Amino acid sequence: MGTDILKSDHRKILEIVAPGSSVLDLGCGSGELLALLVREKKVRGQGIEIDEKAIYDCVERGLNVLHGDIDTGLSEYRDGAFDYVILNQSLQQVEHLERVLTDSLRVGRKVIVGFPNFAHVGSRAQLFFRGISPVTPSLPYTWYETPNRHFLSISDFITYCNARPIRIEKRAYLGARADVHFFPNVFARTGLFLISKK
Amino acid sequence: MTESCCAGNVETGYFTFDSVKLENGGNFGPVTLAYETYGRLNKERSNAVLILHALSGDAHAAGFHKGDKKPGWWDAMIGPGKAFDTGKYFVICSNVLGGCQGSTGPASVNPATRKPFGLDFPLITIDDMVRCQKKLVDSFGIERLLCVCGGSMGGMQVLSWLTRYPERVRGAIPIATCFKHSPQQIAFNEVGRQAIMADPHWNEGKYYGGSLPARGLALARMIGHITYMSDVSMAKKFGRERKDVAQTFAFNAADFEVEGYLHYHGDNFVKRFDANSYLYITKAMDNFDASRGKDFHDALAGIKARLLVVAFKSDWLYPSYQSKEIVKACKFSGVETSYCEVDSNYGHDAFLLETREETRLISHFLKKLHSEVS
Repeated sequence: MGTDILKSDHRKILEIVAPGSSVLDLGCGSGELLALLVREKKVRGQGIEIDEKAIYDCVERGLNVLHGDIDTGLSEYRDGAFDYVILNQSLQQVEHLERVLTDSLRVGRKVIVGFPNFAHVGSRAQLFFRGISPVTPSLPYTWYETPNRHFLSISDFITYCNARPIRIEKRAYLGARADVHFFPNVFARTGLFLISKK
Repeated sequence: MTESCCAGNVETGYFTFDSVKLENGGNFGPVTLAYETYGRLNKERSNAVLILHALSGDAHAAGFHKGDKKPGWWDAMIGPGKAFDTGKYFVICSNVLGGCQGSTGPASVNPATRKPFGLDFPLITIDDMVRCQKKLVDSFGIERLLCVCGGSMGGMQVLSWLTRYPERVRGAIPIATCFKHSPQQIAFNEVGRQAIMADPHWNEGKYYGGSLPARGLALARMIGHITYMSDVSMAKKFGRERKDVAQTFAFNAADFEVEGYLHYHGDNFVKRFDANSYLYITKAMDNFDASRGKDFHDALAGIKARLLVVAFKSDWLYPSYQSKEIVKACKFSGVETSYCEVDSNYGHDAFLLETREETRLISHFLKKLHSEVS
Protein backbone atom coordinates (compact mmCIF):
# COMPACT_ATOMS: atom_id res chain seq x y z
CA MET A 1 0.00 0.00 0.00
CA GLY A 2 1.43 3.38 -0.98
CA THR A 3 1.38 6.18 1.53
CA ASP A 4 -0.48 8.36 -1.00
CA ILE A 5 -3.83 6.69 -0.36
CA LEU A 6 -3.49 6.79 3.43
CA LYS A 7 -6.09 8.50 5.55
CA SER A 8 -4.72 11.94 6.36
CA ASP A 9 -4.79 11.37 10.13
CA HIS A 10 -2.91 8.08 9.70
CA ARG A 11 -0.32 9.84 7.55
CA LYS A 12 0.19 12.52 10.20
CA ILE A 13 0.55 9.95 12.98
CA LEU A 14 3.03 8.02 10.84
CA GLU A 15 5.12 11.21 10.58
CA ILE A 16 5.06 11.72 14.35
CA VAL A 17 5.93 8.22 15.59
CA ALA A 18 9.66 7.51 15.88
CA PRO A 19 10.98 4.32 14.24
CA GLY A 20 11.39 1.31 16.52
CA SER A 21 9.32 2.79 19.34
CA SER A 22 6.58 1.10 21.34
CA VAL A 23 2.97 2.06 20.73
CA LEU A 24 -0.29 1.40 22.53
CA ASP A 25 -3.31 2.09 20.31
CA LEU A 26 -6.43 2.56 22.41
CA GLY A 27 -9.53 1.70 20.42
CA CYS A 28 -7.46 0.31 17.56
CA GLY A 29 -10.47 -1.00 15.61
CA SER A 30 -9.45 -3.45 12.90
CA GLY A 31 -5.83 -2.46 13.39
CA GLU A 32 -5.33 -0.46 10.20
CA LEU A 33 -3.21 2.26 11.83
CA LEU A 34 -1.29 -0.12 14.08
CA ALA A 35 -0.44 -2.44 11.17
CA LEU A 36 0.78 0.61 9.23
CA LEU A 37 3.03 1.65 12.12
CA VAL A 38 4.39 -1.88 12.53
CA ARG A 39 5.15 -2.12 8.82
CA GLU A 40 6.51 1.38 8.16
CA LYS A 41 8.09 2.25 11.51
CA LYS A 42 8.84 -1.21 12.92
CA VAL A 43 7.13 -0.27 16.17
CA ARG A 44 6.35 -2.75 18.93
CA GLY A 45 2.60 -2.40 18.79
CA GLN A 46 -0.22 -3.27 21.15
CA GLY A 47 -3.88 -2.57 20.56
CA ILE A 48 -6.93 -2.51 22.81
CA GLU A 49 -10.36 -2.89 21.24
CA ILE A 50 -13.87 -3.58 22.53
CA ASP A 51 -15.42 -5.09 19.38
CA GLU A 52 -14.95 -8.86 19.09
CA LYS A 53 -15.10 -8.87 15.27
CA ALA A 54 -12.30 -6.30 15.12
CA ILE A 55 -10.16 -8.53 17.36
CA TYR A 56 -10.17 -11.26 14.69
CA ASP A 57 -9.19 -8.68 12.06
CA CYS A 58 -6.27 -7.50 14.20
CA VAL A 59 -5.02 -11.04 14.85
CA GLU A 60 -5.26 -11.71 11.10
CA ARG A 61 -3.00 -8.70 10.56
CA GLY A 62 -0.50 -10.27 12.97
CA LEU A 63 -1.06 -7.63 15.65
CA ASN A 64 -1.12 -7.96 19.43
CA VAL A 65 -4.58 -6.92 20.52
CA LEU A 66 -6.50 -7.11 23.77
CA HIS A 67 -10.25 -7.49 23.88
CA GLY A 68 -11.50 -4.96 26.40
CA ASP A 69 -12.56 -1.39 26.99
CA ILE A 70 -10.23 1.58 27.13
CA ASP A 71 -11.58 2.82 30.44
CA THR A 72 -10.37 -0.19 32.43
CA GLY A 73 -7.60 -1.37 30.11
CA LEU A 74 -5.02 1.30 30.89
CA SER A 75 -4.56 1.04 34.63
CA GLU A 76 -2.84 -2.36 34.37
CA TYR A 77 0.24 -0.95 32.63
CA ARG A 78 3.37 0.30 34.34
CA ASP A 79 4.38 3.98 34.21
CA GLY A 80 6.09 4.79 30.91
CA ALA A 81 5.40 1.32 29.49
CA PHE A 82 5.05 2.78 25.97
CA ASP A 83 6.74 5.54 23.99
CA TYR A 84 3.37 6.53 22.56
CA VAL A 85 -0.22 6.00 23.58
CA ILE A 86 -2.58 6.71 20.69
CA LEU A 87 -6.17 7.82 21.16
CA ASN A 88 -7.21 8.33 17.57
CA GLN A 89 -10.95 8.94 17.17
CA SER A 90 -11.58 7.18 20.47
CA LEU A 91 -11.15 9.87 23.17
CA GLN A 92 -14.61 11.31 22.47
CA GLN A 93 -16.13 7.86 23.12
CA VAL A 94 -14.60 6.92 26.48
CA GLU A 95 -16.70 7.14 29.60
CA HIS A 96 -14.13 8.55 32.02
CA LEU A 97 -12.25 10.95 29.76
CA GLU A 98 -10.22 12.68 32.48
CA ARG A 99 -8.99 9.42 33.92
CA VAL A 100 -8.16 7.97 30.51
CA LEU A 101 -6.13 11.03 29.50
CA THR A 102 -4.30 11.14 32.84
CA ASP A 103 -3.58 7.42 32.67
CA SER A 104 -2.49 7.66 29.03
CA LEU A 105 0.02 10.36 30.01
CA ARG A 106 1.26 8.06 32.80
CA VAL A 107 1.56 4.91 30.64
CA GLY A 108 2.89 6.65 27.52
CA ARG A 109 5.83 9.06 27.45
CA LYS A 110 3.84 10.87 24.78
CA VAL A 111 0.21 10.72 23.80
CA ILE A 112 -1.28 11.25 20.36
CA VAL A 113 -4.89 12.43 20.43
CA GLY A 114 -7.07 12.76 17.34
CA PHE A 115 -10.72 13.78 17.48
CA PRO A 116 -13.47 15.23 15.29
CA ASN A 117 -13.76 19.00 15.66
CA PHE A 118 -17.29 19.73 16.83
CA ALA A 119 -16.91 23.42 15.93
CA HIS A 120 -16.23 22.76 12.24
CA VAL A 121 -18.12 25.11 9.96
CA GLY A 122 -20.29 22.25 8.65
CA SER A 123 -21.49 21.41 12.16
CA ARG A 124 -22.00 25.08 12.98
CA ALA A 125 -24.13 25.59 9.89
CA GLN A 126 -26.38 22.62 10.62
CA LEU A 127 -26.81 23.67 14.21
CA PHE A 128 -27.29 27.37 13.44
CA PHE A 129 -29.36 27.38 10.27
CA ARG A 130 -31.27 24.13 10.53
CA GLY A 131 -31.28 23.75 14.30
CA ILE A 132 -30.33 20.07 14.16
CA SER A 133 -27.60 18.05 15.83
CA PRO A 134 -24.89 17.96 13.18
CA VAL A 135 -24.24 14.90 11.02
CA THR A 136 -21.02 15.47 9.05
CA PRO A 137 -18.29 13.33 7.44
CA SER A 138 -16.24 13.52 10.65
CA LEU A 139 -19.26 13.25 12.97
CA PRO A 140 -21.31 10.78 10.94
CA TYR A 141 -23.81 9.69 13.58
CA THR A 142 -27.32 10.83 14.33
CA TRP A 143 -27.98 11.99 17.88
CA TYR A 144 -29.77 8.76 18.77
CA GLU A 145 -27.12 6.28 17.64
CA THR A 146 -23.83 8.05 18.24
CA PRO A 147 -21.14 6.21 20.20
CA ASN A 148 -19.65 9.62 21.07
CA ARG A 149 -20.01 10.86 24.63
CA HIS A 150 -17.95 14.05 24.45
CA PHE A 151 -18.45 16.79 21.87
CA LEU A 152 -15.30 18.88 21.89
CA SER A 153 -13.77 21.44 19.60
CA ILE A 154 -10.13 22.11 18.85
CA SER A 155 -10.31 25.24 21.05
CA ASP A 156 -11.86 23.17 23.85
CA PHE A 157 -8.96 20.73 23.81
CA ILE A 158 -6.29 23.44 23.78
CA THR A 159 -7.99 25.22 26.68
CA TYR A 160 -8.21 21.89 28.52
CA CYS A 161 -4.47 21.19 28.13
CA ASN A 162 -3.47 24.75 29.05
CA ALA A 163 -5.41 24.52 32.31
CA ARG A 164 -3.48 21.37 33.26
CA PRO A 165 0.18 20.34 33.34
CA ILE A 166 -0.10 19.08 29.75
CA ARG A 167 2.36 20.25 27.11
CA ILE A 168 1.19 20.38 23.50
CA GLU A 169 4.27 19.38 21.51
CA LYS A 170 2.78 19.20 18.05
CA ARG A 171 -0.55 19.92 16.48
CA ALA A 172 -2.11 19.26 13.09
CA TYR A 173 -5.44 20.48 11.75
CA LEU A 174 -6.88 18.34 9.02
CA GLY A 175 -9.51 19.34 6.49
CA ALA A 176 -11.30 17.25 3.91
CA ARG A 177 -8.32 17.31 1.55
CA ALA A 178 -5.46 19.31 3.02
CA ASP A 179 -4.10 20.69 6.26
CA VAL A 180 -5.92 23.72 7.61
CA HIS A 181 -3.87 26.75 8.67
CA PHE A 182 -6.57 29.41 8.66
CA PHE A 183 -9.01 29.46 11.63
CA PRO A 184 -8.61 25.74 12.37
CA ASN A 185 -11.39 25.72 14.95
CA VAL A 186 -13.76 26.68 12.13
CA PHE A 187 -12.31 24.92 9.11
CA ALA A 188 -10.56 21.77 10.40
CA ARG A 189 -12.56 18.56 10.54
CA THR A 190 -10.04 16.82 12.75
CA GLY A 191 -7.64 17.99 15.44
CA LEU A 192 -4.51 15.94 16.03
CA PHE A 193 -2.24 16.65 19.01
CA LEU A 194 0.99 15.25 20.39
CA ILE A 195 0.96 15.90 24.10
CA SER A 196 3.06 15.00 27.12
CA LYS A 197 3.18 15.67 30.84
CA LYS A 198 4.77 18.97 31.84
CA MET B 1 1.11 -41.19 7.93
CA THR B 2 -1.40 -40.33 5.23
CA GLU B 3 -2.59 -36.77 4.86
CA SER B 4 -5.87 -36.14 3.12
CA CYS B 5 -8.95 -34.50 4.62
CA CYS B 6 -7.74 -34.96 8.17
CA ALA B 7 -4.69 -36.14 10.02
CA GLY B 8 -5.54 -39.58 8.55
CA ASN B 9 -4.88 -42.87 10.23
CA VAL B 10 -2.69 -42.36 13.24
CA GLU B 11 -1.03 -44.60 15.79
CA THR B 12 -0.11 -43.94 19.38
CA GLY B 13 3.60 -44.10 20.18
CA TYR B 14 5.20 -44.73 23.56
CA PHE B 15 8.21 -42.94 25.00
CA THR B 16 9.87 -44.33 28.11
CA PHE B 17 12.55 -42.73 30.26
CA ASP B 18 14.30 -43.83 33.44
CA SER B 19 13.05 -41.28 35.91
CA VAL B 20 11.74 -37.80 36.48
CA LYS B 21 12.47 -35.48 39.41
CA LEU B 22 9.16 -34.67 41.03
CA GLU B 23 8.19 -31.28 42.39
CA ASN B 24 7.28 -32.75 45.77
CA GLY B 25 10.73 -34.35 46.04
CA GLY B 26 12.30 -37.59 44.98
CA ASN B 27 12.75 -39.28 41.65
CA PHE B 28 10.08 -41.37 40.05
CA GLY B 29 10.49 -43.88 37.27
CA PRO B 30 10.48 -45.46 34.86
CA VAL B 31 7.86 -43.30 33.17
CA THR B 32 6.10 -43.98 29.88
CA LEU B 33 4.25 -41.30 27.94
CA ALA B 34 1.73 -42.20 25.26
CA TYR B 35 1.96 -39.68 22.42
CA GLU B 36 0.90 -38.99 18.88
CA THR B 37 2.36 -36.74 16.22
CA TYR B 38 0.82 -35.23 13.11
CA GLY B 39 2.65 -33.57 10.23
CA ARG B 40 6.42 -33.50 9.75
CA LEU B 41 9.20 -31.94 11.79
CA ASN B 42 11.21 -29.65 9.49
CA LYS B 43 15.00 -29.75 9.13
CA GLU B 44 15.49 -26.78 11.46
CA ARG B 45 13.10 -28.38 14.00
CA SER B 46 11.40 -25.03 14.29
CA ASN B 47 7.80 -25.96 13.41
CA ALA B 48 6.82 -28.06 16.43
CA VAL B 49 3.58 -27.38 18.28
CA LEU B 50 2.73 -29.12 21.55
CA ILE B 51 -0.96 -29.67 22.28
CA LEU B 52 -1.87 -30.18 25.94
CA HIS B 53 -5.03 -32.00 26.86
CA ALA B 54 -7.63 -31.32 29.55
CA LEU B 55 -8.60 -33.45 32.57
CA SER B 56 -10.17 -36.35 30.70
CA GLY B 57 -8.32 -35.97 27.39
CA ASP B 58 -5.60 -38.15 25.94
CA ALA B 59 -2.79 -38.30 23.38
CA HIS B 60 -5.24 -38.98 20.55
CA ALA B 61 -5.93 -35.40 19.50
CA ALA B 62 -6.49 -35.88 15.78
CA GLY B 63 -7.01 -38.39 12.99
CA PHE B 64 -8.44 -41.87 13.28
CA HIS B 65 -7.16 -44.96 15.01
CA LYS B 66 -7.50 -47.94 12.69
CA GLY B 67 -11.13 -49.12 12.60
CA ASP B 68 -12.40 -46.19 14.70
CA LYS B 69 -15.35 -44.11 13.53
CA LYS B 70 -14.60 -41.20 15.87
CA PRO B 71 -11.53 -39.01 15.35
CA GLY B 72 -9.28 -37.55 18.07
CA TRP B 73 -10.66 -35.01 20.54
CA TRP B 74 -9.46 -31.87 18.68
CA ASP B 75 -9.63 -33.17 15.13
CA ALA B 76 -11.53 -30.06 14.02
CA MET B 77 -8.41 -28.03 14.84
CA ILE B 78 -5.54 -30.30 13.75
CA GLY B 79 -4.94 -31.49 10.18
CA PRO B 80 -4.08 -30.25 6.69
CA GLY B 81 -5.41 -26.71 6.21
CA LYS B 82 -6.82 -26.55 9.74
CA ALA B 83 -5.78 -24.17 12.55
CA PHE B 84 -2.84 -26.41 13.41
CA ASP B 85 -2.02 -27.02 9.77
CA THR B 86 -0.16 -30.33 9.58
CA GLY B 87 1.07 -29.26 6.14
CA LYS B 88 3.16 -26.63 7.96
CA TYR B 89 3.52 -27.71 11.55
CA PHE B 90 4.64 -30.78 13.43
CA VAL B 91 2.02 -31.36 16.11
CA ILE B 92 2.70 -33.41 19.24
CA CYS B 93 0.18 -34.47 21.87
CA SER B 94 0.93 -36.74 24.82
CA ASN B 95 -1.12 -38.21 27.63
CA VAL B 96 -0.20 -36.62 30.98
CA LEU B 97 1.76 -38.26 33.77
CA GLY B 98 -0.82 -39.70 36.15
CA GLY B 99 -3.19 -40.39 33.28
CA CYS B 100 -4.72 -43.69 32.25
CA GLN B 101 -4.63 -43.61 28.47
CA GLY B 102 -1.20 -45.13 27.90
CA SER B 103 0.96 -42.96 30.14
CA THR B 104 2.25 -44.01 33.57
CA GLY B 105 -0.39 -43.45 36.23
CA PRO B 106 -1.91 -45.03 39.34
CA ALA B 107 -3.29 -47.93 37.26
CA SER B 108 0.22 -48.78 35.97
CA VAL B 109 2.15 -51.66 37.50
CA ASN B 110 4.55 -50.66 40.25
CA PRO B 111 7.84 -52.39 39.37
CA ALA B 112 8.61 -52.78 43.09
CA THR B 113 5.44 -54.72 43.94
CA ARG B 114 4.36 -55.94 40.48
CA LYS B 115 0.91 -54.68 41.35
CA PRO B 116 -0.88 -51.52 40.21
CA PHE B 117 0.31 -48.44 42.12
CA GLY B 118 -3.09 -47.34 43.37
CA LEU B 119 -2.50 -44.79 46.12
CA ASP B 120 1.23 -45.64 46.22
CA PHE B 121 1.50 -43.48 43.11
CA PRO B 122 3.28 -40.22 44.06
CA LEU B 123 1.31 -36.99 44.40
CA ILE B 124 2.11 -35.42 41.06
CA THR B 125 1.74 -31.79 39.94
CA ILE B 126 1.04 -29.94 36.69
CA ASP B 127 4.75 -29.00 36.65
CA ASP B 128 5.64 -32.71 36.85
CA MET B 129 3.44 -33.43 33.83
CA VAL B 130 5.26 -30.67 31.96
CA ARG B 131 8.69 -31.92 33.05
CA CYS B 132 7.85 -35.28 31.45
CA GLN B 133 6.61 -33.56 28.28
CA LYS B 134 9.90 -31.68 28.10
CA LYS B 135 11.76 -34.99 28.01
CA LEU B 136 9.56 -36.09 25.10
CA VAL B 137 10.22 -32.81 23.28
CA ASP B 138 13.96 -33.20 23.97
CA SER B 139 13.86 -36.68 22.43
CA PHE B 140 12.83 -35.11 19.11
CA GLY B 141 15.80 -32.74 19.34
CA ILE B 142 13.45 -29.75 19.46
CA GLU B 143 15.20 -26.84 21.13
CA ARG B 144 12.33 -24.40 21.00
CA LEU B 145 8.68 -25.18 20.42
CA LEU B 146 6.90 -22.88 18.02
CA CYS B 147 3.91 -22.97 20.31
CA VAL B 148 2.28 -24.71 23.27
CA CYS B 149 -1.51 -24.74 23.34
CA GLY B 150 -4.21 -26.20 25.52
CA GLY B 151 -7.60 -25.57 27.10
CA SER B 152 -8.68 -25.92 30.71
CA MET B 153 -6.07 -28.11 32.45
CA GLY B 154 -4.17 -27.98 29.14
CA GLY B 155 -4.01 -24.22 29.64
CA MET B 156 -2.44 -24.72 33.07
CA GLN B 157 0.26 -26.82 31.43
CA VAL B 158 0.76 -24.00 28.92
CA LEU B 159 1.37 -21.60 31.81
CA SER B 160 3.70 -24.10 33.46
CA TRP B 161 5.74 -24.38 30.24
CA LEU B 162 5.81 -20.61 29.97
CA THR B 163 7.04 -20.00 33.51
CA ARG B 164 9.26 -23.10 33.95
CA TYR B 165 10.82 -23.25 30.48
CA PRO B 166 10.33 -19.77 29.01
CA GLU B 167 13.31 -20.15 26.71
CA ARG B 168 11.78 -23.27 25.15
CA VAL B 169 8.62 -21.70 23.69
CA ARG B 170 8.05 -18.95 21.11
CA GLY B 171 4.31 -18.75 21.56
CA ALA B 172 1.71 -19.87 24.07
CA ILE B 173 -2.06 -20.23 23.78
CA PRO B 174 -3.82 -20.76 27.12
CA ILE B 175 -7.56 -21.27 26.49
CA ALA B 176 -10.41 -21.15 29.04
CA THR B 177 -8.01 -21.54 31.94
CA CYS B 178 -6.54 -19.88 35.02
CA PHE B 179 -3.18 -19.59 36.73
CA LYS B 180 -4.63 -21.01 39.93
CA HIS B 181 -7.93 -22.59 40.88
CA SER B 182 -10.55 -20.57 42.73
CA PRO B 183 -12.23 -22.08 45.82
CA GLN B 184 -15.26 -22.84 43.64
CA GLN B 185 -13.16 -24.86 41.20
CA ILE B 186 -11.49 -26.75 44.05
CA ALA B 187 -14.93 -27.37 45.56
CA PHE B 188 -16.30 -29.00 42.41
CA ASN B 189 -13.22 -31.19 42.12
CA GLU B 190 -13.50 -32.18 45.77
CA VAL B 191 -17.13 -33.26 45.36
CA GLY B 192 -16.02 -35.42 42.42
CA ARG B 193 -13.26 -36.99 44.49
CA GLN B 194 -15.58 -37.61 47.43
CA ALA B 195 -18.06 -39.32 45.08
CA ILE B 196 -15.33 -41.73 43.97
CA MET B 197 -14.05 -42.40 47.48
CA ALA B 198 -17.58 -42.93 48.80
CA ASP B 199 -18.06 -45.81 46.36
CA PRO B 200 -17.65 -49.07 48.39
CA HIS B 201 -15.71 -50.58 45.48
CA TRP B 202 -13.08 -47.87 45.68
CA ASN B 203 -11.42 -49.72 48.58
CA GLU B 204 -8.64 -47.17 49.28
CA GLY B 205 -7.71 -47.30 45.61
CA LYS B 206 -7.14 -51.07 45.57
CA TYR B 207 -9.87 -52.08 43.14
CA TYR B 208 -7.79 -53.24 40.20
CA GLY B 209 -8.75 -56.76 39.10
CA GLY B 210 -12.04 -56.51 40.99
CA SER B 211 -15.20 -54.42 40.79
CA LEU B 212 -14.49 -50.82 39.82
CA PRO B 213 -15.83 -47.79 41.74
CA ALA B 214 -18.04 -47.22 38.71
CA ARG B 215 -20.92 -45.41 40.42
CA GLY B 216 -18.59 -42.98 42.13
CA LEU B 217 -16.60 -42.19 39.00
CA ALA B 218 -19.78 -41.83 36.93
CA LEU B 219 -21.17 -39.43 39.51
CA ALA B 220 -17.96 -37.39 39.46
CA ARG B 221 -18.23 -37.19 35.69
CA MET B 222 -21.88 -36.15 35.84
CA ILE B 223 -20.98 -33.27 38.16
CA GLY B 224 -18.20 -32.37 35.76
CA HIS B 225 -20.52 -32.28 32.77
CA ILE B 226 -22.89 -29.89 34.55
CA THR B 227 -19.99 -27.49 35.10
CA TYR B 228 -18.84 -27.78 31.47
CA MET B 229 -22.16 -26.53 30.10
CA SER B 230 -24.12 -23.33 30.64
CA ASP B 231 -27.69 -22.64 31.64
CA VAL B 232 -28.39 -21.53 28.08
CA SER B 233 -26.64 -24.45 26.37
CA MET B 234 -28.51 -26.94 28.57
CA ALA B 235 -31.83 -25.24 27.85
CA LYS B 236 -31.07 -25.33 24.11
CA LYS B 237 -29.82 -28.90 24.07
CA PHE B 238 -32.40 -30.53 26.34
CA GLY B 239 -35.13 -28.10 27.31
CA ARG B 240 -37.53 -29.99 29.55
CA GLU B 241 -37.91 -32.75 26.97
CA ARG B 242 -38.72 -36.15 28.39
CA LYS B 243 -37.16 -39.36 27.17
CA ASP B 244 -40.53 -41.13 27.03
CA VAL B 245 -44.01 -39.74 26.84
CA ALA B 246 -45.09 -41.95 29.70
CA GLN B 247 -43.73 -40.65 32.98
CA THR B 248 -42.11 -43.42 34.99
CA PHE B 249 -42.26 -41.88 38.46
CA ALA B 250 -39.19 -43.98 39.19
CA PHE B 251 -35.96 -42.64 40.58
CA ASN B 252 -33.68 -45.13 38.85
CA ALA B 253 -34.77 -44.11 35.34
CA ALA B 254 -33.99 -40.96 33.42
CA ASP B 255 -37.21 -39.01 32.86
CA PHE B 256 -35.69 -35.92 31.34
CA GLU B 257 -33.33 -35.74 28.39
CA VAL B 258 -30.76 -33.95 30.53
CA GLU B 259 -30.77 -36.85 32.99
CA GLY B 260 -30.28 -39.33 30.15
CA TYR B 261 -27.36 -37.25 28.88
CA LEU B 262 -25.65 -37.20 32.27
CA HIS B 263 -26.23 -40.94 32.82
CA TYR B 264 -24.89 -41.77 29.37
CA HIS B 265 -21.73 -39.69 29.80
CA GLY B 266 -21.20 -40.90 33.36
CA ASP B 267 -21.46 -44.56 32.38
CA ASN B 268 -19.35 -44.13 29.28
CA PHE B 269 -16.60 -42.38 31.20
CA VAL B 270 -16.13 -45.41 33.45
CA LYS B 271 -15.22 -47.51 30.42
CA ARG B 272 -12.26 -45.31 29.51
CA PHE B 273 -11.09 -43.59 32.66
CA ASP B 274 -9.47 -44.77 35.88
CA ALA B 275 -10.97 -43.48 39.13
CA ASN B 276 -7.58 -43.07 40.83
CA SER B 277 -6.30 -41.05 37.85
CA TYR B 278 -9.30 -38.78 38.39
CA LEU B 279 -8.25 -38.26 42.01
CA TYR B 280 -4.61 -37.59 41.18
CA ILE B 281 -5.17 -35.30 38.21
CA THR B 282 -7.87 -33.17 39.84
CA LYS B 283 -5.60 -32.80 42.88
CA ALA B 284 -2.77 -31.66 40.59
CA MET B 285 -5.10 -29.05 39.11
CA ASP B 286 -6.19 -27.79 42.52
CA ASN B 287 -2.60 -27.51 43.76
CA PHE B 288 -1.45 -25.67 40.64
CA ASP B 289 -0.40 -22.06 41.10
CA ALA B 290 1.70 -20.63 38.28
CA SER B 291 2.47 -17.61 40.47
CA ARG B 292 3.95 -19.89 43.15
CA GLY B 293 2.30 -17.80 45.82
CA LYS B 294 3.73 -14.49 44.59
CA ASP B 295 2.43 -11.94 42.11
CA PHE B 296 1.81 -13.73 38.83
CA HIS B 297 3.45 -10.91 36.86
CA ASP B 298 6.75 -11.68 38.62
CA ALA B 299 6.60 -15.21 37.19
CA LEU B 300 6.20 -13.71 33.72
CA ALA B 301 9.01 -11.16 33.99
CA GLY B 302 11.41 -11.23 31.05
CA ILE B 303 9.37 -13.71 29.01
CA LYS B 304 10.04 -13.33 25.29
CA ALA B 305 7.25 -15.64 24.13
CA ARG B 306 4.10 -14.15 22.67
CA LEU B 307 0.71 -15.08 24.11
CA LEU B 308 -2.77 -15.59 22.74
CA VAL B 309 -5.25 -15.86 25.61
CA VAL B 310 -8.78 -17.04 24.81
CA ALA B 311 -11.84 -17.11 27.08
CA PHE B 312 -15.55 -17.73 26.50
CA LYS B 313 -18.33 -15.51 27.72
CA SER B 314 -20.65 -18.20 29.16
CA ASP B 315 -17.85 -20.25 30.76
CA TRP B 316 -18.65 -20.15 34.48
CA LEU B 317 -16.24 -22.94 35.48
CA TYR B 318 -13.23 -20.99 34.17
CA PRO B 319 -14.78 -17.51 33.98
CA SER B 320 -13.20 -14.90 31.72
CA TYR B 321 -11.99 -12.88 34.72
CA GLN B 322 -9.41 -15.63 35.28
CA SER B 323 -8.11 -15.24 31.73
CA LYS B 324 -8.08 -11.47 32.27
CA GLU B 325 -5.86 -12.02 35.32
CA ILE B 326 -3.36 -13.75 33.04
CA VAL B 327 -3.65 -10.86 30.57
CA LYS B 328 -3.21 -8.33 33.36
CA ALA B 329 0.04 -9.96 34.46
CA CYS B 330 1.25 -9.98 30.84
CA LYS B 331 0.47 -6.27 30.50
CA PHE B 332 2.33 -5.44 33.67
CA SER B 333 5.34 -7.54 32.63
CA GLY B 334 5.40 -6.22 29.08
CA VAL B 335 4.71 -9.61 27.49
CA GLU B 336 3.28 -9.28 23.97
CA THR B 337 -0.26 -10.57 24.28
CA SER B 338 -3.51 -10.91 22.42
CA TYR B 339 -6.76 -11.64 24.22
CA CYS B 340 -10.18 -12.52 22.91
CA GLU B 341 -13.34 -13.23 24.86
CA VAL B 342 -15.40 -15.23 22.41
CA ASP B 343 -19.15 -14.68 22.60
CA SER B 344 -20.36 -18.25 23.10
CA ASN B 345 -23.26 -19.98 24.85
CA TYR B 346 -21.51 -23.31 25.26
CA GLY B 347 -19.99 -22.70 28.68
CA HIS B 348 -16.61 -24.31 29.40
CA ASP B 349 -17.20 -26.86 26.61
CA ALA B 350 -16.82 -23.96 24.17
CA PHE B 351 -13.08 -24.56 23.91
CA LEU B 352 -13.86 -27.87 22.18
CA LEU B 353 -16.81 -26.54 20.18
CA GLU B 354 -16.11 -22.98 19.03
CA THR B 355 -13.53 -24.18 16.55
CA ARG B 356 -14.40 -21.60 13.87
CA GLU B 357 -13.46 -18.67 16.10
CA GLU B 358 -10.46 -20.51 17.55
CA THR B 359 -9.28 -21.34 14.03
CA ARG B 360 -9.39 -17.66 13.00
CA LEU B 361 -7.35 -16.65 16.02
CA ILE B 362 -4.90 -19.54 16.21
CA SER B 363 -4.11 -19.98 12.51
CA HIS B 364 -3.01 -16.35 12.19
CA PHE B 365 -1.23 -16.28 15.52
CA LEU B 366 0.79 -19.34 14.43
CA LYS B 367 1.40 -17.86 10.98
CA LYS B 368 2.95 -14.80 12.61
CA LEU B 369 5.13 -16.90 14.92
CA HIS B 370 6.15 -19.12 12.02
CA SER B 371 7.07 -16.13 9.84
CA GLU B 372 9.54 -15.01 12.48
CA VAL B 373 11.54 -18.25 12.39
CA SER B 374 11.41 -19.06 8.68
